[in-house]
Amino acid sequence: MQMPNIAPPPPQLMTLFAGVFGVLLLASAIGFMLKRVLARGEPSPTIDNLNQRVSAWWVMVVALGLAFALGKFGVVVLFGFVSFVALREFVSLAYTRRGDHWALALVFFVFLPLQYVLVGIEWYGLYSILIPVYAFLALPIFAALSADTTRFFERAAKLQFALMICVYCISYVPALMMLRIPGFDGGNVLLIAWLVLVVQSSDVLQYVWGKLCGKHKIAPALSPSKTVEGFVGGVASATLLGALLVWLTPFAPWQAALIALVVNLMGFAGGLVMSAMKRDRGVKDWGTMIEGHGGMLDRLDSVIFAAPIYFHIVRYWWEP
Amino acid sequence: MAKFGSRVAARALCSFARILTGARALWKGCAPTLDQRIYYGNHTSHGDFVLIWASLPDALRARTRPVAGADYWETSKLRRWLIHDVLNGVVIERTRTEGKPDAVQQMIGSLEKGDSLILFPEGTRNVSDEILLPFKRGICLVASAKPTVECVPVWIENLNRVMPKGEFVPIPLLCTLTFGAPLKIEPGEDKEAFLERTRSALLALCPPRA
Repeated sequence: MQMPNIAPPPPQLMTLFAGVFGVLLLASAIGFMLKRVLARGEPSPTIDNLNQRVSAWWVMVVALGLAFALGKFGVVVLFGFVSFVALREFVSLAYTRRGDHWALALVFFVFLPLQYVLVGIEWYGLYSILIPVYAFLALPIFAALSADTTRFFERAAKLQFALMICVYCISYVPALMMLRIPGFDGGNVLLIAWLVLVVQSSDVLQYVWGKLCGKHKIAPALSPSKTVEGFVGGVASATLLGALLVWLTPFAPWQAALIALVVNLMGFAGGLVMSAMKRDRGVKDWGTMIEGHGGMLDRLDSVIFAAPIYFHIVRYWWEP
Repeated sequence: MAKFGSRVAARALCSFARILTGARALWKGCAPTLDQRIYYGNHTSHGDFVLIWASLPDALRARTRPVAGADYWETSKLRRWLIHDVLNGVVIERTRTEGKPDAVQQMIGSLEKGDSLILFPEGTRNVSDEILLPFKRGICLVASAKPTVECVPVWIENLNRVMPKGEFVPIPLLCTLTFGAPLKIEPGEDKEAFLERTRSALLALCPPRA
């Protein structure tokens, strides 16, 4: 892995962070006032949850900011850690047996770090197939060597799925650092900032629109809180935001809007798929790491589904 | 100096166990108070009592001693140091042995000094497909000798997957410890009945299986 080549951060990043800090300050102030005036300092589930979410956002924004300041190295390390936390949440809830021990050790101690090292050294040819090809073949071999056939197919499939979701897909975020776009040198952190901001604000805006005017449930079997109104309003306004943030990107405004629409739709779909899996396992949240949000996977489900598609769109049309 | 060394080791062990397992303590049936207690749990891994011990608040941990088997812990210098100096354990013979102190008397003696205990009534690590093995009689012998002591069930979920018996590479999965409501032996309660009561109280904390 190359050591940090700390170039001065692009000026747009400073503007962006100033803006995000402003929004968070406003949210903190509103939360503080709500707690003081409406709840009079008494416990109130909705207001307390709102405040927990706002403070979690502070932590997430500061973590991203520090990683951006360290350049590619910081981004790779941060998302490597994010993958680790997500993977442990996922595997903790999956059915495994003693016979899977060595396959699990391989997942945590070989494939997870190796994927991020490969992203760090920009070996696209290997990191894009490491998990879909090599892990896909290696893991069931190790599981089979233990000679335990109970629910074998299910165990092998779940472990592969865990790696794809928690390591492969998430590693596409730091992989954005390796794209070489003419006239956009040193601006790769902006690609990440734009993606994370657009997709995450789509989540927040869907929640807000749903609370304001949500009536018709969109997928009652999967998620009781998702509504048609929240979906349309949230995706539309986050797409508009993506277009307004075009100054962060190498895209034209109409391209920014179109890509924002694609990643927001993928993000929404990711939320649905991950909800279906939680339903299947009978849990409400993946974990408890982020107060007010649940686990890492609860916060990242949309980014996970959006990142690989976004990466390949940019790589295909913007890299010469 | 030696004492300082074991204190540092104890801290380090606690942090290591908590980070590795992401351990979450759920005090469902009682609060972490200084009442004298026997914390008893399901036994699936060597890490079990370290984890219960590590998830107790500092003040409780200082007064709580894990009960451990001599056949494992007295076999090397490192293990002896860990169990006696770091973990402050009560080391017992798993089977009655001539010329060795009686396990039940040792536990009662420790309770009389005002300490709490961590105990695994299954007697050995459970590596079967059974959720919980039958209990040995030790817990009710101790409880009937000291009927004021509360027995608190602690269900440890997932630790057997972190470190199965016979493996040496731990997998960093998330573990939860669920502390249930305390039980006391009733005056005149049948020993078998109490044993059954403690066992079903522990089983009731086990999350539904996939």
